[in-house]
Formats: sequence, C-alpha cells, structure tokens
Amino acid sequence: MSGLVVIGASYAGVQVALSARDAGYAEPVTVVGEEKSLPYQRPPLSKDFLLNEVREPQLILRDDAFFKSNRIDLVLGQRAVEIDRQAKQVALAGGARLDFDSLVIATGSRARRILVPGAELDGICYLRSLTDACDLKGRLEQANEIVVVGGGFIGLEVAASAAKLGNKVTVIEAASRLLERAVSTIVSRFLLDAHARAGVDVRLGETVVAMTGHDGRIAEVVLGSGTRLRADLVVVGIGVIANDELASTAGLKCCNGIVVNEHGSTEVPGIYAAGDCANHYNRFADEWIRMESVQHAQDQGRVAGLAIAGSHERYDSVPRFWSDQYDLKLQIVGLSGRSDQVVTRGSVEDGRFSVFHYRQGRLVAADSINRPGDQMVARRLIAAGISPAPEQAGDCSLDIKSLLKADEKTVA
Amino acid sequence: MTWKHICAATELPEGEPVGFKIGDQRIALYKIDDEIFATDDVCSHAFALLSTGFLEGHLVECPLHGAMFDVRDGRCRSGAYKDVRAFKVEIRDREVYVHLDGGPASEDVRDNVTDATP
Repeated sequence: MSGLVVIGASYAGVQVALSARDAGYAEPVTVVGEEKSLPYQRPPLSKDFLLNEVREPQLILRDDAFFKSNRIDLVLGQRAVEIDRQAKQVALAGGARLDFDSLVIATGSRARRILVPGAELDGICYLRSLTDACDLKGRLEQANEIVVVGGGFIGLEVAASAAKLGNKVTVIEAASRLLERAVSTIVSRFLLDAHARAGVDVRLGETVVAMTGHDGRIAEVVLGSGTRLRADLVVVGIGVIANDELASTAGLKCCNGIVVNEHGSTEVPGIYAAGDCANHYNRFADEWIRMESVQHAQDQGRVAGLAIAGSHERYDSVPRFWSDQYDLKLQIVGLSGRSDQVVTRGSVEDGRFSVFHYRQGRLVAADSINRPGDQMVARRLIAAGISPAPEQAGDCSLDIKSLLKADEKTVA
Repeated sequence: MTWKHICAATELPEGEPVGFKIGDQRIALYKIDDEIFATDDVCSHAFALLSTGFLEGHLVECPLHGAMFDVRDGRCRSGAYKDVRAFKVEIRDREVYVHLDGGPASEDVRDNVTDATP
C-alpha cells in the first residue's frame, strides 16, 4: 500500500495531509510522528500551558475522529530512521517499513543546546515539546530563582510566565536589545520596560560562560562579565537547529535545512519538505532562509500537499509571527531586516501601537503591540506590494483599512 | 431550536463582519453580496473575535493568528485550528434571525454542505 507518507506530525505535517486530501488526493495518507500524543499546538507551551490556564487536551489540533474522517492514518510514537529512495520506503525505529509514492519530510527543529561547562547539570531545561513543557511546569512550581538564557521569543515568554507565577527571573541576552533580529528598536525597548515592570531583570550584552552545581543540580550561572547568579532553574532558549539529518543521509540537498522550491519540492521528484526543517528562497527576505513559525509551517505544508495532489500553487505568503507576553500581543508581519525607515502608528505610552518598516521607500514589515487590525492590513499591503506614504501609515486619524482601499484604487 | 432576532438586515454593512452578544453567546454576522451568514464570533483557538477580523470573499481571518474560516460552514482552512460553528440565517420582513441551537458539531455542518453542493 503506497501513497503519501509524511514524516512529522506537527503543523507542517498535518497541513500537508489535510491539503492533499482537500485537493482530492485519493491514495492512502500516513503521518508518522515521533511523539505519542495527537498533534498539538506548540505556541501555548511557553505561555498559558505553563500558567495552567490551558491543559493538555485543549492543545490538540484536531481529534481522532477528524483524522479518521479525512482518512489520515496517524502512526504516533514512532521515529523514522531511514529514507530508502531506491525502494521508496521509510524505515521506522520499530522495524516497520512504509512504502511511498510521495514523501514529505516535516521533521521540524530541535532546541540548540548550550555548550558551556556545567551544561549537563540537572535543572537546565529546554522548551520544544509537550514533554519538555510538562517537565518545565513541574520544575517551575518548585523553583524560586530562575535564569533564562536568551532574550528571544521562547526566553521572553517563559520569563513572563515564570514572573507571573511569582518567581524571581533574570534574562541573559547577548545582543544589545531584545528580539534584535525580529522587531524595531521601539518594540525592543517597550518589551524591556514591560519585563522590568513585571520584576524581570534583563541583562543585555551579557553571555553565559559556565554553570556550576551542587550535588549534580544547578546552583549558579556564571556570566561573561564575571557576575555569578544564583539559580535553581535555568531555561535555555537560544534558537533551534533543523532536523535535516534524515534527509541529508538520504542524499537530499541540505544547507541549513532541506533545500526546496516554491512548491516545497526537493530536487528529487516525489520528495518534499516543509516547515522548520526546510530552506527555501523567500522573496520577502530576498534570500534563502529557513523560517520557524506556525504560519510558515502551515502555508508551506499546504502548497506541498496541493502539489502532491497535482494542484500547483506557489508558496508566496507574507511571513507572520506572534508572541504573547503578559497582556501584550506582539505580532509581526513581513521581514524587517535592512529596513531604513520606520514610522509609528498609535501610542507607545498606551501600549497599543505599530511600527511600519520601509526599505528604500517600500513597506516591508510591521510590528504591532495590541493592534491586530494594523497587522491584517499590513499583510495585505505587503502581499500586494502597496506602500502607503509613511506619513499616512502613521496617521491614526486615517482608518487603517482606508489605506488599503485608497491604494487599491490607485493601483487599479 | 430557537430562532433569535438579531437586527435589521439593513444594519449590516456589506463585507464587514459585525459581532453580537446574545446572552452568553457571541455570534458574528457577515453580509456578502447581499447574503447573510452567521458563525461563532470567538475564534476556535483563542479569545479573539472574528467580528474584528478581515473578510475576504467568504473567508474571515482571525485578527490574532491569521486562521481563516469559511463563514458559510465555519470550516477552518488550516489544519491547526478547529472549525467554528456556522448558524442558519433567515430574513423575515427584512429582519435577521439566526438559529441558535447550540449547533451541531461543525464537522457535521461541513458534511451537510458537501452533500448539498456536489
């Protein structure tokens, strides 16, 4: 029994299967997942899940009946160990072999490990999976002094959750500002203030050089400046690494992820990749990149699923990211790297504003705090290549939707 | 089995979602090409209101995380979010009534729609 085999049962893998079915793919569809649980939402793991506001059953993307009714066979708790391109088979750790006509590799990414002396001590945690989150949740209840390594999305969300739970939290970030690669300096500063108000001690321009322990348990974090911080729990969020080994071992071209085209296809006919593990040319970045987001996993998964069903659509979505910290909803649309002009819409003081980024006069991105309406319009503007004048974008007396309508007329 | 009066049909702007609160229940109404549709207003995965979202054709976009729902059947186009419920709508004497029956599971709604449109 051949058909479609998808390795990976998170956002990208599930979307591939569903989109193939939606487009009329009639052959068997099998999704192999390493984790035992039904496919689940990852973003709440660092937020509501740690705060006990969301529990495990609520994280499930779709229930068993949904997969059954879509004739998607879930093979969970099984790790794929080899892709045999000649035999068109995937070998599982348990010894089973699955035949495929089409294969999608959606193996995601794993947390980058910190490489300093003492990194193996108990109490040094990472957050990627539900298992990680359950472990971390238990430890947070016991902990008092927490050091978060990395002022990126995961680090800041965990810091916010830990602070809400009443812990003493210190964040160590090597860069000179928070989320440096993702947001404007205005948003970085705003987030720094928000964390300071919540009692989180953020140390910028600092690195971790060692961890010391007591009876095998973490006791202190040693910083590059020589400062020693007491800690009974360390959470490391210093980025992820693509899980592309299965693909590279099978001879598929990999370069910081599995190289794919605009349909998610590798150079080998019938073999695709999508999500965190794939590297593609992105016109909004104007370079080859690997993206780590729910939007990317879903949208790239979708085009791969469509292609497998014989319905070709290019992956051309505007990148989108979000992060919830305290009562702040940070949303990002577009990629702001190399932007040379920014304009703010709304009030930073009131905590409701957007920063529009321009590069050579072209609108390329927007970061918003608690202004989802701006995001929806910005996405449409960026997708259509429409750039309102910066003074218009920053003018709150203009209805944001009118920018789109006015410009649509201009374009038409 | 309750039909609830919501508003006058003329109150709904074309192409702009509008949210209503009926008791504890929030619903969103959409007027598209003079036809009116109703769904749950709360997005299936977080507390965001679809009525503050963007309507494009028959798809409404959740303002927070971009999930897209078809307002005709509540079906989410993405695998990552559950469907929302779609409700039957009737216009009587230019007044809008919505059938709030607690709703069948949205998957069932989808099946019905699939049956009706071969």
